[in-house]
Amino acid sequence: MSKGLPETRTDAAMSELVPEPRPKPAVPMKPVSINSNLLGYIGIDTIIEQMRKKTMKTGFDFNIMVVGQSGLGKSTLVNTLFKSQVSRKASSWNREEKIPKTVEIKAIGHVIEEGGVKMKLTVIDTPGFGDQINNENCWEPIEKYINEQYEKFLKEEVNIARKKRIPDTRVHCCLYFISPTGHSLRPLDLEFMKHLSKVVNIIPVIAKADTMTLEEKSEFKQRVRKELEVNGIEFYPQKEFDEDLEDKTENDKIRQESMPFAVVGSDKEYQVNGKRVLGRKTPWGIIEVENLNHCEFALLRDFVIRTHLQDLKEVTHNIHYETYRAKRLNDNGGLPPGEGLLGTVLPPVPATPCPTAE
Amino acid sequence: MAVAVGRPSNEDLRNLSLSGHVGFDSLPDQLVNKSTSQGFCFNILCVGETGIGKSTLMDTLFNTKFENDPATHNEPGVRLKARSYELQESNVRLKLTIVDTVGFGDQINKDDSYKPIVEYIDAQFEAYLQEELKIKRSLFNYHDTRIHACLYFIAPTGHSLKSLDLVTMKKLDSKVNIIPIIAKADTIAKNELHKFKSKIMSELVSNGVQIYQFPTDEETVAEINATMSVHLPFAVVGSTEEVKIGNKMAKARQYPWGVVQVENENHCDFVKLREMLIRVNMEDLREQTHTRHYELYRRCKLEEMGFKDTDPDSKPFSLQETYEAKRNEFLGELQKKEEEMRQMFVMRVKEKEAELKEAEKELHEKFDLLKRTHQEEKKKVEDKKKELEEEVNNFQKKKAAAQLLQSQAQQAGAQQTKKDKDKKNASFT
Repeated sequence: MSKGLPETRTDAAMSELVPEPRPKPAVPMKPVSINSNLLGYIGIDTIIEQMRKKTMKTGFDFNIMVVGQSGLGKSTLVNTLFKSQVSRKASSWNREEKIPKTVEIKAIGHVIEEGGVKMKLTVIDTPGFGDQINNENCWEPIEKYINEQYEKFLKEEVNIARKKRIPDTRVHCCLYFISPTGHSLRPLDLEFMKHLSKVVNIIPVIAKADTMTLEEKSEFKQRVRKELEVNGIEFYPQKEFDEDLEDKTENDKIRQESMPFAVVGSDKEYQVNGKRVLGRKTPWGIIEVENLNHCEFALLRDFVIRTHLQDLKEVTHNIHYETYRAKRLNDNGGLPPGEGLLGTVLPPVPATPCPTAE
Repeated sequence: MAVAVGRPSNEDLRNLSLSGHVGFDSLPDQLVNKSTSQGFCFNILCVGETGIGKSTLMDTLFNTKFENDPATHNEPGVRLKARSYELQESNVRLKLTIVDTVGFGDQINKDDSYKPIVEYIDAQFEAYLQEELKIKRSLFNYHDTRIHACLYFIAPTGHSLKSLDLVTMKKLDSKVNIIPIIAKADTIAKNELHKFKSKIMSELVSNGVQIYQFPTDEETVAEINATMSVHLPFAVVGSTEEVKIGNKMAKARQYPWGVVQVENENHCDFVKLREMLIRVNMEDLREQTHTRHYELYRRCKLEEMGFKDTDPDSKPFSLQETYEAKRNEFLGELQKKEEEMRQMFVMRVKEKEAELKEAEKELHEKFDLLKRTHQEEKKKVEDKKKELEEEVNNFQKKKAAAQLLQSQAQQAGAQQTKKDKDKKNASFT
């Protein structure tokens, strides 16, 4: 009747590859809430303890990347954050040594333990960033590295025989160091953050904050915040991923008041008022790193480690990684998003070959 | 721009000592808080004959009355009934799903009894696998329906396992964590119970049935798990009715010869089951399901479909082929769908057009009809007008004629009188 009816393809040759219709899983009825009928203690809440024990046994991975021009105090800050010699400072660098011609990516892993919790911490340093005369596209190696980690994870996930625990090398957090000029963000800063805020959690940090007075600091922070907003740069915690009202109010406060954190790093201890504190000694006084009146290091540390560490990992896994995966599977199959595609195995990675350092 | 990328190799991992409190020991708390806000899923499958006490045991375990009516014995086959509930204790929300095997063991021919159960379990794995393979997926808030624990109810015959039990458990042991329990244990005497238990365990071992092993690798739970494992299979009694014992109300079954207390460890192993299932190993059950049973299913499924892992340097050509084939098939399907949609669209458009044309025609007709009626009316009016005019004319004519006649008559009369007068006058002469 209607002309133009398409010819049905005969897939006899491919019939063995076509999966037979899958059984429709029996969907359980909509959950009935019977909160009021509970008489007596069952013990469901022990699952929290069970879960905690299990996670403590398996340990955690955390990968943090520091990006910024040389001399902004990146290594010192990381050492201060994790209270140990995590990064070897480039203090031995002298003029005779060549400035790296390109951006290098150096990842060093450490195992630290505290309170029974074992953490495998990897600090990824980016020497050479922003140090050349011509800094065009210097974020590309960094973006490439981050995507490579996603690719590695994806390959493992797609394997038929998978490891019990896929090693997580994805970058969970990227601290971007802003030079404390007191004016505004540099074009390089904006470009970098614009490109990378879509693939990784960026936490902008104002380095060497002891060069600014309190007023200068708050003005600078406001200007930086404004500029970031105007340029559409979503730094962590991103507004769109706030889950509920509680998260939103808490994160709003951080976003609009505290960030970017103005920090001072130091791994030297001095005696102040009878206590030993980490600080920087200057002729005009001792800057205490962990004193909230002096700088916001304590805020940064609490934010990254004590309250939002798990969230950083989750946003990386649930959102950035998923975005990468969806794009990857989409691009290479040319298939529309959202379609269930049972059995697709990754086709070869397109474009530039990446040097394998096995 | 060439880039030197340094990758962390395992030998580079240095153990560092901390010189102060960093604070990441709150990490497990952060993790747990996240999970608590999302809620947990736990799915239990109860396999056992009709009337063996599955529903009662669930009610007793979770301290509540789930609504269900006892099943009849006339089921033609085994089917699975799943019910979901949301329980909350302090700040922990649990989405509990209890799956019942209705009609298990009632048929005369029980050859296929295990099949619906295996199919159901596989279907849950399949659903998860499909979600995992989607391009745009949301695994972190996926409602997990995979079965985490299977309670296998053994009838308290006192002798040994039935062959149906052995066959079913053998089919299920690689797909789900099996915890065998002896139901209605108050029908077995203490000394017989011990013999029964050891007979069951030895039968399971000799038939190679892999039941769930309580984990003994972590020190805090190793001890309790080890002691509990000795009592497998747990002999349980379920009851939701309370009986006054001493000065407390306790769950129990009242007989003329005494009261069987559910939570008394001398009477039955209910407390042990609850400890093991919920208070100690719930998380481990969930993990085993995900890392062992699900992975096995996934591996078998993908291998079945012809996929192999690529080794890092070369890709086996069969992989490319299968990929191409799948892709073509998929594109073909897409095209077909597109065509169908286009067809439907075209059809709809045609229909609409036809409808509109109909309407237009009707309108025209109406218009014509109206015009005609109008014409007719006009003509009628004209006719009437003409008639009227004619009548008026006639009337005028008649009037004129009448007048003429009158005047004639007058004249005639006048003439007549004149004539008469003349005649009179003439007669006078």
